Amino acid sequence: MPKQKSTTRSAARKAPPKENGDDSIKKWRLRLYVAGNTPNSIAAFANLKEICEKHLGGRYQIEVVDLLENPTLAKGDQIVAIPTLVRKLPYPVKKIIGDLSNRERVLVGLDLKPAASA
Amino acid sequence: MARAQTRKRERPAELLKTPTGISGLDNITDGGLPRGRTTLVAGGAGSGKTLFGMEFLIRGAEKYGETGVAMTFEETAEEISANLASLGHNVEKLVREKKLYIDYVHVERRQIEETGEYDLEGLFIRLDHAIKSIGAKRVLLDTIEVLFSGLQNEAIVRSELRRLFRWLKDHQVTAVITAEAGDDMLTRHGLEEYVADCVIILDHRVNEQISTRRIRVVKYRGSTHGTNEYPFLLNESGMSVVPITALGLNHKASSDRVSSGISGLDEMLGRKGFFRASSVLITGTAGTGKSSVAASFVSAACARGERALYFAFEESESQILRNMHSLGMPLERWIKKGMLQIHAQRPTTMGLENHLATMCKTIEDYRPSIVVVDPITNLISVGTSISVKSMLTRLIDLLKTHQITALFTNLSMSGEQITSTEISSLMDAWISLSEIEIDGVRERIVYVLKARGMAHSNRVHRFTITDKGISIENEVQGQRRVS
Repeated sequence: MPKQKSTTRSAARKAPPKENGDDSIKKWRLRLYVAGNTPNSIAAFANLKEICEKHLGGRYQIEVVDLLENPTLAKGDQIVAIPTLVRKLPYPVKKIIGDLSNRERVLVGLDLKPAASA
Repeated sequence: MARAQTRKRERPAELLKTPTGISGLDNITDGGLPRGRTTLVAGGAGSGKTLFGMEFLIRGAEKYGETGVAMTFEETAEEISANLASLGHNVEKLVREKKLYIDYVHVERRQIEETGEYDLEGLFIRLDHAIKSIGAKRVLLDTIEVLFSGLQNEAIVRSELRRLFRWLKDHQVTAVITAEAGDDMLTRHGLEEYVADCVIILDHRVNEQISTRRIRVVKYRGSTHGTNEYPFLLNESGMSVVPITALGLNHKASSDRVSSGISGLDEMLGRKGFFRASSVLITGTAGTGKSSVAASFVSAACARGERALYFAFEESESQILRNMHSLGMPLERWIKKGMLQIHAQRPTTMGLENHLATMCKTIEDYRPSIVVVDPITNLISVGTSISVKSMLTRLIDLLKTHQITALFTNLSMSGEQITSTEISSLMDAWISLSEIEIDGVRERIVYVLKARGMAHSNRVHRFTITDKGISIENEVQGQRRVS
């Protein structure tokens, strides 16, 4: 979890565009809602990054939204639980709540078919 | 401010209350809901929980200048606006004026995957933001139980709800939380465990196809409250509770007299007419002129400048007006002048309790000097005689408290006066109309069966109904059996 709390600040770790299939690049847009630096949020961010690195290579962008900074944003994605991960892209929108500690469930929740052997 | 604090110190035990503005409810709760606390409102589907909560917010905003936040889990703001429009409330206007804030919270289990620890801080943040954005003093959570079906981890939901209720208390908002009624508990998810200050139950039941809504205050910590079930109404003027059973036999007996509108009848009643605030029963077989006597009473009251209220359970307003016109009593003009209101309704349209509630509300709103119920016979058709008697008792209590003179008509079958005797004990005066045959001619006769507290005539009089109204003539001579 980055210590910056700026709301729509992108904590993205974009991979350099080494894959060159320009049109077919599927960029994942993930948004993680937190409320300050709570242990659950910190854990969720760490777990999410690890999963993304492993399964999405560089094709992802994580945006961390701190609701303490910008409470009005909770309404749009109907956020109730913290932390909540919202998969904005690819469509359809998916929601996963909790610290993302159960990797299998996160993968299922994100529709990332868990490669059985990976 | 300093003074207010001193006063608070002087009466430390007193619980501060927030008036709901729902008429009648503040009477049975002795002032409203506990201020700065949470009240649980439980009831089955369609019992009026949401409307209760929204009325609490809307009336708070309109009557008491207290803004409110509605956090709804089942209906969107648009749906709420539409539903409340039928109760005469303009929700959108209040939202525009920042007197009301509606946040629709949508929790759908199918769309949410859960993994690991979480809390409901998002809900807290939204509520906090809503409260701060309009400076809300009142909060409605309708119905937060949805969280139990929307989220898998019940332990988290429970501990977060406990935290939420404490949070509401800390924020000094007066909150209403609605919950679905449970089978062996007050609420399905046992929310009463967390909310200990005030619990209200709403109920909507149907008996013999007639529905009645009822409300009961089950618990109110630190305050006295009415414990009965009270009928309540949801109509175009919103929600109202009729706390009729709260009245008793402590009304003041008046020695004022009110003319019956028929000079001959006044003559029979100790020459002066009825006592003010007394209840009068007029019985008679079909076509003996009960409604005409009632109309004379109304007409005279209006002519004296007193307001009259006429509940018609048999004839429509225009029918009454036409008939009375033909007797030389143009009642329309009193209606035009606002001295008379006629409320015509079929008895079978609703249950007794609802009739009573509607009548009481009309009486409270209109504040008449006299009331006519014509006839009570038809009300008997929608209830048992015990419930009719209980309803009349409460109606009469209310009328007497407001010093209203009331006239009830009742149809009696010839020779049979069972219903009349059951309710006659409630009545201060009882006048009987009938027809007898004298020398081959059917004559109308009238006599006073009883008249509490006055020297009344014990004679049987003849009377006629003409286009000049009712006139009572000389006594019937000779010995003839009254039929």
